[in-house]
Amino acid sequence: MLHFIYACDLANYPQLQTTMFQDRARQFKDRLKWDVSVDDQGWERDQYDDLNPLYVILSDGGRHAASMRLLPTTGPTMVNDHFDNLLPDGRLHSAQIWECTRFCLAPGQGTAAASALQLGGGHIMQRFGVDHLVGVFDKLMTRIYRGIGASPDVMGTDNGICAGLWSFDDASFADLSRRAGIALDQVDTWFADSLATMGQGNANRP
Amino acid sequence: MAKQLETFLEHLDQASDQADLQANAQDLRDILKVDHVVYHWVSTSGQQYGCGTYGPDWVQRYVQQDYIRADPVVLGCYQRFHPVDWKRLDWSSKMARDFRREAIEYGVGNQGFSIPIRGPKGQFALFTVSHNCDDAVWAKFTEDHRRDLILIAHGFNQKALEFEGAAHRGPKKSLSPRETDAMTLLAVGYSRAQVAQSLAISEHTLRVYIESARFKLGAMNTTHAVARAMSQGHIVV
Repeated sequence: MLHFIYACDLANYPQLQTTMFQDRARQFKDRLKWDVSVDDQGWERDQYDDLNPLYVILSDGGRHAASMRLLPTTGPTMVNDHFDNLLPDGRLHSAQIWECTRFCLAPGQGTAAASALQLGGGHIMQRFGVDHLVGVFDKLMTRIYRGIGASPDVMGTDNGICAGLWSFDDASFADLSRRAGIALDQVDTWFADSLATMGQGNANRP
Repeated sequence: MAKQLETFLEHLDQASDQADLQANAQDLRDILKVDHVVYHWVSTSGQQYGCGTYGPDWVQRYVQQDYIRADPVVLGCYQRFHPVDWKRLDWSSKMARDFRREAIEYGVGNQGFSIPIRGPKGQFALFTVSHNCDDAVWAKFTEDHRRDLILIAHGFNQKALEFEGAAHRGPKKSLSPRETDAMTLLAVGYSRAQVAQSLAISEHTLRVYIESARFKLGAMNTTHAVARAMSQGHIVV
């Protein structure tokens, strides 16, 4: 099942929240050996998690299976703040370009999960008027992206880290749907459910 | 309507004070053929600024009742960065339902679409279009105009920040070297494929430079972006 959850609402999904941050530690710290911090709960988090990003999370039996994190490039983003060496012009800023980071697969999850996640990402873009996702990722992921039929366009590489762009058209949706084994109207339903829950319990005020 | 919106964006760019912005909001309402267009800067420090087409009686009521604290649209958008159809918000509490009924009595309309905008130093504003119509009509309207409204929302916010003398004027108005190159070659008449080849980049990457330039220039589409880039002196052909 796909979920679309803002950071401020994550605590309403404690199992998803815990397993997502723990799987991020497994992938980014343990496997890829990135310089990231893991707290005493075994959660990998950084300052961008504190900017209230939107998470797209694929769950399997109530547990995290795959996830990505989205932030608008009109605000602080990892690529603009720390990786502008990977962008030929050093900065991307547009309401129609969002940044996607921490693309994570739980151990044992494979291409179907990755395709499902991309499908969720594409759906968000379509519904919210976003044309491109930009992301920083480890070069090792390039093969996985190719395998799921969602190859990013690589803009720059340095030291094994890449910045890439994704966009989706109808053909990519059809392809991802097939690879994920998830019908497009199923994604619609999950998205509508998430949106309905998003509006609730707004204790936070300006 | 596309041409009207292009002209509208020119006028918006030239707004030099709040009165101009107010006139722009009214023009946009007429172009889009909706009941209301409203820009509202929501500040934590108590400072508020707004312009738009709501009647003064509703504005007064809103301020008097301190509705900013209870308005489901403000609460629902405050911690989001996606455009919001009011139907998706939580109207279940009695307070929300009373507020909605009152808003409709004051002519706000039964449909709304709000775009949250964030500026530097935690600045937050909402750009809203509201109207009275059925769900199907509204769904089509928001689908057709979503991208334009996002662009216009950011345009209003830029202007508001400018008038506040915000030290940081938002994104640099100047185009980056690649954006300039791309715009110049397009202006000269190269096709996208030719531009990509000349710049030794893929067409995907080119699309992003065009998109980024378009957004900076406040243009609706590539042709408009090229025209603006030329008229504003970013590129010379």
